[in-house]
Amino acid sequence: MSTAAPAEVARTPRRPGYRAVQRYGLRILGAIGVLWAAATFTFFVQALLPGDRAALILNLETGQNIHRSARELAPINSEYGFSNPIVVQYLHYLGGLVRGDLGTSYQMHQPVTTIIGAQVTPTIVLTVASLLFAWLIALVLTVATTKRVRFVSAIGSGFETITAGLPQYWFGVILLVVLAIDLRIFPVQGGTSAAGLVLPALTLGVPLAGFIGQVTRDEFEKVLDQPFITSARARGMGDLEVRLRHALRHAVLPAITLSGWALGALFSGAVITEAVFARPGLGNVLVTGANTRDIPIVSGIVMLVAFVYVLANLLVDLAYSLVDPRMRTS
Amino acid sequence: MSATQVIVDAELEAPPVVASPPRLRRFHPGVILSGLIVAFLIVAAVLPSWVTSRDPLAIDISHSLQPPSLSHLLGTDQSGRDLYARIVYGARLSLLIGIGATALSMTIAIAFGVVAGLSGRLVDGAINRFIEVLFSFPVLLLALLFVTVFGPSATTEIVAVGIGTAPGYARMVRGQVLAVRGSGYVEAANALGHSYLRVVRRHILPNAMRPLVVVVTLGVGQSIVWASGMSFLGLGVAPPSPEWGALLDAGRNYVTGAWWLEVLPGVAIVAFAMSVTSIGRYVRQRLEGGLRDDR
Repeated sequence: MSTAAPAEVARTPRRPGYRAVQRYGLRILGAIGVLWAAATFTFFVQALLPGDRAALILNLETGQNIHRSARELAPINSEYGFSNPIVVQYLHYLGGLVRGDLGTSYQMHQPVTTIIGAQVTPTIVLTVASLLFAWLIALVLTVATTKRVRFVSAIGSGFETITAGLPQYWFGVILLVVLAIDLRIFPVQGGTSAAGLVLPALTLGVPLAGFIGQVTRDEFEKVLDQPFITSARARGMGDLEVRLRHALRHAVLPAITLSGWALGALFSGAVITEAVFARPGLGNVLVTGANTRDIPIVSGIVMLVAFVYVLANLLVDLAYSLVDPRMRTS
Repeated sequence: MSATQVIVDAELEAPPVVASPPRLRRFHPGVILSGLIVAFLIVAAVLPSWVTSRDPLAIDISHSLQPPSLSHLLGTDQSGRDLYARIVYGARLSLLIGIGATALSMTIAIAFGVVAGLSGRLVDGAINRFIEVLFSFPVLLLALLFVTVFGPSATTEIVAVGIGTAPGYARMVRGQVLAVRGSGYVEAANALGHSYLRVVRRHILPNAMRPLVVVVTLGVGQSIVWASGMSFLGLGVAPPSPEWGALLDAGRNYVTGAWWLEVLPGVAIVAFAMSVTSIGRYVRQRLEGGLRDDR
């Protein structure tokens, strides 16, 4: 790689930023492609619905579950455009997505975007808080316990193994039973208050911390064997400073990639956590939507999460080159 | 719970090449315990009447919400049904869903992974893109979308979890096939003039599939965790059947007074998932002679 670089520069005498622009341009195009495919997939899963969507809507409205005649269904078919050819419906759906229109809820008769907008804040707060918790726990644990006396390292990695495997729905219940019901430290139903945020955020954050910790620990161990660590120590730098200033910067790289992925996982976790703690948010909207078979709500939220996931991974790419200057040139 | 999914993925990375011969401890208390737990739950799934004499559906209102005691080992629920019997009888459905989902996801993964690994750039690239698209849906959300469209049932649960977990495995199968395809013995087989089909059938497929044995064990535990998560949200198997996740869902309303209803079915899920994982890792160590520590 390094030998090929000068030749490349000689061949393309462009501004140095050109390659970066080209690189990110391609990444952004790729991301748009993934989103388009995700939208297509979501649309066709909906279109595959066994039976008739119009009958489903009518039965939902009247609370019945009976066979409907074509005459009853006609107004609904025309209202939602189900009588159009599937290609027209598909293009209509894509057009809506581009304009930021996710359709109308079958159940609540409001635009899906309005419903999401009203409920999204507590979920974002929860997700961000748990990501912060996860990083805090993972970093403290790695810096403090990696490559120490065997006993200390074992505690650190043991904690990570166990927590990374915990299902959130169960871990949340344990926290709830012990800390809220038995010890009464936190409220059982905290709503959106700050005290009510702690347990849900821990429920989501601790398993993720175990997971981030495993990855950073592996990296940290490798980095601590590097010559530049020895040279830093030889210059008389203290152990903690070596770990914080030299080792950590290298060790967090894979975990940053992971955090992009984790956003999707955190959202799934948020759905479950909100159910455990009866906390308002997008998760509750989603579960209610799935229960009442409100397809536009569920598919709208699924598309939103796919969008956030793709965007997050794009940003992770950028964050990478900020943390690791080597990435900017290669 | 999704974190474990990526652990499964991490398990799948090529094992480190070790020069020294494997040193394996003879006695593994953890693995033996895991084996016992899994054996017990399999007996419970196949012949539940062997491990409990009680009826999981027998209602006894006078003994409702009893804490764990000698007469009711794990306590009773709001209708006085014995929780131990319900967990035992729930094993069958939970394990079936886990195994079914893993079988489905492996079938999809092998089909896509093998085709991608063996094909040229174009097909490989297309399949890779498709896998990447599936990756942008978190497993649980994909599952919820399926439940919304097709209605909740055990079949939906299997299909949803199967499709949701498939992309990770597919990516791994593809990697295995590529690694084996580039290996010396495949080159030697080609040089000997064996036909393409013969090389694929005799050399590439068996060697690429071998690591999957371990992945399948890990996957079953993982699928049960996912499927129980769906039932926990009330979007899985219908309430009267004592599936583990459904038990958790049913216990949610009584969590302030009857902790056992909410904690103990989770113990079954976690114990099974962790046991299967530790057995899977042990088997991998034996098969590959890796010197990875027991993390």
